[in-house]
Amino acid sequence: MNATKKIKLRNFHQATWDEPIIFELHTPGERGILLPEVEKEIAGAVGDGISALPEKMIRKKPPALPEMSQMRILKHFLHLSQQCLGADLNVDIGQGTCTMKYNPKINEVLASLPQATEIHPLQPESTVQGALEIIYKLDTFLREISGLDCFSLQPSSGSAAIFAMASIVAAYHENRGEDKKRNEVITTIFSHPSDAAAAAVKGFKIITVYQDEDGLPDIGALKKAVSERTAALFITNPEDTGIFNPRIAEFTRIIHDAGGLCCYDQANANGILGITRAREADFDMCFFNLHKTFSSPHGCGGPASGALGVTKKLINYLPVPLVDFDGKKYFLNYNLPQTIGKARGFYGVFPAILKAYAWIMSLGAEGLKEVARIAVLNNNYLLKKIREIKGVHVPFAKGRHRIEQVRYSWEPLTRATGVTTEDITCRMADFAFHLWSSHHPFIVPEPFTIEPTESYSKDELDEYLAALKKIAEEAYGEPQKVKNAPWNSVVHKIDHSSLDDPQKWAITWRAYLKKQGTENRRRAKNFGR
Amino acid sequence: MKKKTFVHPYIPNSVPEVKTRMLEEIGIQDIDELYADIPANLRYNKELNLPEPFIAENDLKRHVEKILAKNKTCIENISFLGGGCARHYVPAICDEINHRSEFLTAYAGEPYEDHGRFQALFEYQSLMAELLDTDVVNVPTYDWCQAASTSVRMACRITGRNEILIADTISPDRLSAVSNYCRPLVSVKMVKHDPKSGLMDLSDLKNKLSSKIAGIYFENPSYLGFIEHQGQAISDLAHKNGALSIVAADPVSLGVISPPSHYGADITCGDIQGLGVHLYYGGALGGFIATRDEEKFVMEYPSRLFGITRTAVEGEYGFGDVAYNRTSFGVREKGKEFVGTAAALWGITAGVYLALMGPQGMKELGQLILQKSQYAAKRLSTLPGIKAPRFTTPFFKEFVVDFNGLPLSIKNINSILKRKSIFGGKDLSKEFPELENCALYCVTEMHTKEDIDQLVDALRTCLPTAAMTAKGGKRP
Repeated sequence: MNATKKIKLRNFHQATWDEPIIFELHTPGERGILLPEVEKEIAGAVGDGISALPEKMIRKKPPALPEMSQMRILKHFLHLSQQCLGADLNVDIGQGTCTMKYNPKINEVLASLPQATEIHPLQPESTVQGALEIIYKLDTFLREISGLDCFSLQPSSGSAAIFAMASIVAAYHENRGEDKKRNEVITTIFSHPSDAAAAAVKGFKIITVYQDEDGLPDIGALKKAVSERTAALFITNPEDTGIFNPRIAEFTRIIHDAGGLCCYDQANANGILGITRAREADFDMCFFNLHKTFSSPHGCGGPASGALGVTKKLINYLPVPLVDFDGKKYFLNYNLPQTIGKARGFYGVFPAILKAYAWIMSLGAEGLKEVARIAVLNNNYLLKKIREIKGVHVPFAKGRHRIEQVRYSWEPLTRATGVTTEDITCRMADFAFHLWSSHHPFIVPEPFTIEPTESYSKDELDEYLAALKKIAEEAYGEPQKVKNAPWNSVVHKIDHSSLDDPQKWAITWRAYLKKQGTENRRRAKNFGR
Repeated sequence: MKKKTFVHPYIPNSVPEVKTRMLEEIGIQDIDELYADIPANLRYNKELNLPEPFIAENDLKRHVEKILAKNKTCIENISFLGGGCARHYVPAICDEINHRSEFLTAYAGEPYEDHGRFQALFEYQSLMAELLDTDVVNVPTYDWCQAASTSVRMACRITGRNEILIADTISPDRLSAVSNYCRPLVSVKMVKHDPKSGLMDLSDLKNKLSSKIAGIYFENPSYLGFIEHQGQAISDLAHKNGALSIVAADPVSLGVISPPSHYGADITCGDIQGLGVHLYYGGALGGFIATRDEEKFVMEYPSRLFGITRTAVEGEYGFGDVAYNRTSFGVREKGKEFVGTAAALWGITAGVYLALMGPQGMKELGQLILQKSQYAAKRLSTLPGIKAPRFTTPFFKEFVVDFNGLPLSIKNINSILKRKSIFGGKDLSKEFPELENCALYCVTEMHTKEDIDQLVDALRTCLPTAAMTAKGGKRP
């Protein structure tokens, strides 16, 4: 190991294919794929099939899909893929709160086996014992990791798990005849937006507790918010700031004393696996995002999976069915008298469940704890280094360590140079990196949130740091370089003005052609030539 | 793991020298110090009780393969199962693209370094829009359940009303999800169907329509497979009452069947699983929602909507979020419902699928499914005691088979079929009392004539003379 290894920023340029929109590649008559011919006997028996339809239900004009040969389609989408930086290609630590870790390839191989891809959810249970076993065992692993008593792997995402929790809260109070009275959900400003939004869909009035000077949810404000109307608390810990709330058990006690339930948003639990659990902090429910902490890939925004855990008294409220084991065989258990019903079609996002299972089985108890410890080590290493970058402010929890992430601020830099977080996110693309601002609202001005996870080597972290440092220097020295970025990315500064204007926004190509008029049609035609 | 120390391949900075240098940089001795904020009473000091891991990839692979080997697939068996998830052909290029590292492991980058993600999803929206003949389609939500649930809540916000009518031939599972999503703010009422044709009972609809109704939801083809050809009449009745027409459609059918926008649907929704995505035990669904390009509709979507725009360079396309501030990302509980990670990769895959198929491919696909499913129904109905289809209305892909003329229950019939490597249709006995001893059969382009004939031959053994000797005996 070379202690003085020099970190070099890459002379990077992302692929720029100037790729047309797929409709511009249309050539009448080309085919992307052919289908089997219908058997003669079938055609002989039923004719063309279409004549059996009621005349008015027959589609008269075919859909105006592009006609393209197979290789051209492949090439088009490969070009688009090259114009996208996945975690496999960059040091994806700039998307704080999202836990962009390594998604092991072996898990993709396993999830692509026909025994995973070619099984139908309505097959007899005896023919899907493998799938049921994986679902059941992942449930038991998550029970251990959280200390709670049972998990439903049905919710389609973290937000869907929050909605399911809100549904259980509503059903629980309804069963106790308190649903009319208990109509308020308390959450915190540094908990995910969906903790507020999904609970509101269930009809709850949302009370948001803001942070105190330390950046922790203000316990005084919590006490004021609690009343006989309190249905539940929806909270993250650590929150987006990465600060662990040491009084969390006091929070849950206050809510329980008032008759409410406590719901733990553990979408991201990466820094505390095997370190602290929902059980010890006295939560009634929690959920994990399998696509975050448990390494199922993010897929450009899904498929996702929100594994929802509850204590004994709430098991009967979970979505149906649960997967159970009678000692001999695995089976679907619909016997939940108070169930909130279905949270999704069928039983859950099986590929994500399978990948999470394989990931846990590759690490074990000690490995999971090492994941958490290294994620926290990486984060605090970055905290130390980012704090040294000119123009960065680290709000809250002065002199303390953080768990898995930190919310930083470029405010001093913005004040001095006019360069904003948004400008810097654009410039980071020139160095093959991604930087995200943060969830709204921007309580921390000019925010950015860094979460290194356990997956990236120190050298990679140093390279990311070098880019941040370089851009900060540019902001002070030649701000236009940052303000007009990106220079080496796929495209240049985007004009967002039309995206909020109903007269101009275009959510589909056909809407674009209608709104932008003939000029673009000409362009479209030229491509086809 | 207890036996020896090692550096796990997924955790590079476990290397002791690296760890030490990082600790030194932070100015601490031990990683435990970083957890100082966690009080002792909340610390979990035991080791989690998890199985011994398979730290060698080789061992892990063997372990998972061994479990998965307990599954019997729809390759070794002929499956006639559908009900919201169906086996269609997945072109090789669909898998090639959705396995690409760049798409598989990207998440929420900016529209610069993730330009390709934005364009691929914009193209998905655009291709679906052609299939549906609408101007707006969302970035996919979780599944049909969620697409239907959100469509219904959108209708309520658009009309300012809070009652919904739903055709009672909806899948009971979907109804369960929609009902839970509506409760307690929106009330759901069911509209009856005609027991012979399955079609919506328009007189019941008229009786239930009022100035409180925000929308009417029905499925086409219905969960039970038949085609609701009164779409225009239903939409007209909705509109006359100031309500919206909400129709769920199977995108696979739309090369041959009119899209709902052609018979008055204001909101179209459904699932994209059939468009180039494998079964995955029902774990690879994706919901679509589509409307006209009117501000009052667009502003009620909770989903991401990617729009095309310009950049600083003439002629260059850029992308971004349309009306971001309607979302919960923008304004938390003041946003429209909620948004988050959903099913984007299946959306990209569905886009690839539609590009491969083109207009001709979608037509041929629809036609093949019509022919094969009609053939299956026709052959089945030649067997004495079996009625297929149960409803008199034409169907697409799925149809109800009535086994009441046989002395066996569906459970018995399906276990006989299973022994012959056939997964028989879904038992509807519990879902619809009137369909006791009926099953929902799904036939797609994947079925050969031989597959269908094999089913017919296998069922022949369930006929009265043969059935007396079959295990299970008389229907309970």
